Parts: sequence; structure tokens; C-alpha cells
Amino acid sequence: MRPKKAKKIVFKSAEEMPIMICSVGDQTHNLTGAWRNIRPEIDLSKCIKCGICWKFCPEPSIDVVDEWPVVDYDYCKGCGICAEECPAKCIVMVEERR
Amino acid sequence: MSQDTKKEKKFTMTLPPEELMACGHLACQGCGATLAMRYMLKGLGQKTALCIPACCWAVIDGPYPYSSLDVPIYHCAFETAASTATGVKAGLEMAGDPETTVVAWAGDGGTFDIGIQALSGAAERNDDIIYVCYDNEAYMNTGIQRSSATPYGAWTTTTPVKHFKNRPKKDIVAILAAHRIPYIATASVSHPEDFVRKVKKAKAIKGTRFFHVYAPCPTGWKSRPEDSVKLARMAVQNGLFPLYEIEDGEKYTLNLKLKDKKPVEDYLRLQGRFRHLSPEAIAEIQAEIDVRWARLLKHVEA
Ligand code: SF4
Ligand code: SF4
Repeated sequence: MRPKKAKKIVFKSAEEMPIMICSVGDQTHNLTGAWRNIRPEIDLSKCIKCGICWKFCPEPSIDVVDEWPVVDYDYCKGCGICAEECPAKCIVMVEERR
Repeated sequence: MSQDTKKEKKFTMTLPPEELMACGHLACQGCGATLAMRYMLKGLGQKTALCIPACCWAVIDGPYPYSSLDVPIYHCAFETAASTATGVKAGLEMAGDPETTVVAWAGDGGTFDIGIQALSGAAERNDDIIYVCYDNEAYMNTGIQRSSATPYGAWTTTTPVKHFKNRPKKDIVAILAAHRIPYIATASVSHPEDFVRKVKKAKAIKGTRFFHVYAPCPTGWKSRPEDSVKLARMAVQNGLFPLYEIEDGEKYTLNLKLKDKKPVEDYLRLQGRFRHLSPEAIAEIQAEIDVRWARLLKHVEA
């Protein structure tokens, strides 16, 4: 459902560049997960599959895999909206260690 | 619920699953404007063209020639969102494509201040475009300067605490209603189902359609990023940003009826930009909300 990861297209000269933005969602080469200093962790045993975390993720970096919510840590910026909004309180924000 | 029945349960999706906004965009953590874009594209689908003037979204989208959206975007000058959209629509019609929805997508600065002349012109001609103003209540992209959408009492870099903004927010919806355009709606990122429903409704209407979307900005409001959706919800529930529609400038419909409005204080206390407010100033804001709410109810009942 979410556009898949794209490789960064590198243009060697100005002539090669398209006239207009071609808008294929190719900004996905930018892995924004590096911005994160806290990370969400979902405790699936408590999850009621309400879809609220998926609905309110501004990235959107919550995927639905086999009908379960899964965070894509390549892009999650760690804003914490999912943890704040989850009605079952099953998402905790933990400190990121790199 | 036992584990087995839970495994079989479907994941609830109250919005269309189609995702036209991709990851990797450059918005701050907890940005309300990205949520607004995500919901709007879910409602409109892929046959959409966007005209974006200078605003946060001109940056969020990514540097040329990359883009995080799966629809064509036209970056235009600050004051021309509505006129550019008019031109794009006319061009598409000439080229034999009457289907594509053309959307002008501007921030509050580009709508309330700089773009209002082009917007008023397009509304007066009733050009066939959707104009969306995502309102984060200041010029956030250039560093939090006051706009005419900044509410009374707010701190910005050009209205410092000692001289905080002492004028109320401009009532853009009333201005557009005075143009008698076919459809005007307010929406909030905390109520995406309502937003998507309105977008779908607007898509089927011909003429100028206007959306005023409440989009919290943690960077400029000095709030916690995780509170963005909560703040938008509070603004709806305390009557600061009521959800309603206006058809043909006259028929008002209130989408969310409030039995008792929550006090505005809790909302103000979550934001650093209102920290300096005295109890008297807060009482003044509350009084202003009550007056506006009563006026809206009068319109709805009329
Ligand atoms: S922390 Fe924010 S960006 Fe990360 S998954 Fe949750 S809502 Fe999405
Ligand atoms: S918000 Fe919480 S309970 Fe709902 S689907 Fe997400 S993790 Fe599960």
C-alpha cells in the first residue's frame, strides 16, 4: 500500500534533469529514521487492532502486515503520536541506542 | 479476547487504504500539515494536481527533482496559489481532461495574508478548483512570524511575550462565505473520517470549494510533538475550531455538536506560545470563543 523504497536517482548533468518534478514518491531514498531519538515499540499481545496508530502516523511509517501494525524504523521519526493515541496503551516510547 | 480470535480479527481501517504520500518527506516530528495532506489525498485519489505556493509543504515535499507525493505538483509564487490552480485547470480542460481535480494547497500565510487577493478573485469567478488552507497559525516555514491567522495572545518571533498579539484571528471562512461559493468546510487532523468524507463530497461539486484545515505545529506552538493530534481534538471540543460546512454561502451544517464545551485553558496550557497569558487574558479568550460559538449556532439554526 505504501510506495516501496526507491533508490536515489542521481542526475549527472542539468540536461538529464526532468523539466518538472515527476512525483513518483521518490523521496523515499531519504531515510528519516535517523532523526529519531525515541522509538515506539508495539506490544502486540495487548493490541486490539483498532487502526488508530496507523491512522494518525504523520510519516506514514506504520505498515499493516498480516493484519498487525508494524513500525517501519527506516522512516519513523519518533514523534510519539502513535503511543499517545493508542487506546490500549500498548505502544511505549523507549530511548534509541545506536 | 482469546489469542486465536484476535489473530483472525481484521485490522480496522476507517480511512481508504490507498497511500499517496510516501515516507522520507522533510516535515518535523509530529507535523499536522503532513497528516492533512495524507488525508486529503486519500479522499481525492490519484487523479489530482497540486499547486503549492511558498509554505511548509514547499519544503516538506523534498528538493527538486524528488518528491514525496505520488501526484503532480506545481510550485508557484507565494501569492498565486489560487490563480495558478485556475490556470492549470483551464489548461487541463483545453487538453481534454475535465476529470483531474486541481487543488491549491497553501498555508495560512499564503491564504489569509499574501494569497487572499488571488483567492478572492478565483472565488468570485467561481473557478473549478479546490482551495485548501492548512492553518498552523503563523509563518512557520520562515521562522514563526505572526500572520493574520495567529490567534489572540500567541507568542511568535515578531510578537514577543511583552507585545503578544492583541488582535483576534481573521475569520477567513466568513470572508469566503461572503463570496457565495458552492462549498466551504472546516476540518481538523484529529477527525480524519470527517475530513475524508468532506473531501469526497467536495470532489463531486463544481466550482470553487474551500477547506480550512486545523494543522498543529509542534515547532511553532512550542508543544510536544506527540500532542499534535490531541491539540487539534481539544480545539474542536472546546469550540475554538468548530467543524462545519457552508453550502452556497448560506446553508450551515454543524458536523460535531458539542453539549458542553471544554474550557479553553487546558488547551492553552499545553502550548509554550501561550505560557505568558494571565488568567484575565484566558478569560477573554474564553469569552471570545463563546461569542463566536453562539454566532455559529445562530447561523446553523437560521
Ligand atoms: S512515533 Fe510517530 S513517526 Fe514513529 S510510528 Fe509512531 S506516529 Fe509514526
Ligand atoms: S493503536 Fe494500539 S491497539 Fe490500536 S492498532 Fe495500534 S497498536 Fe494496536
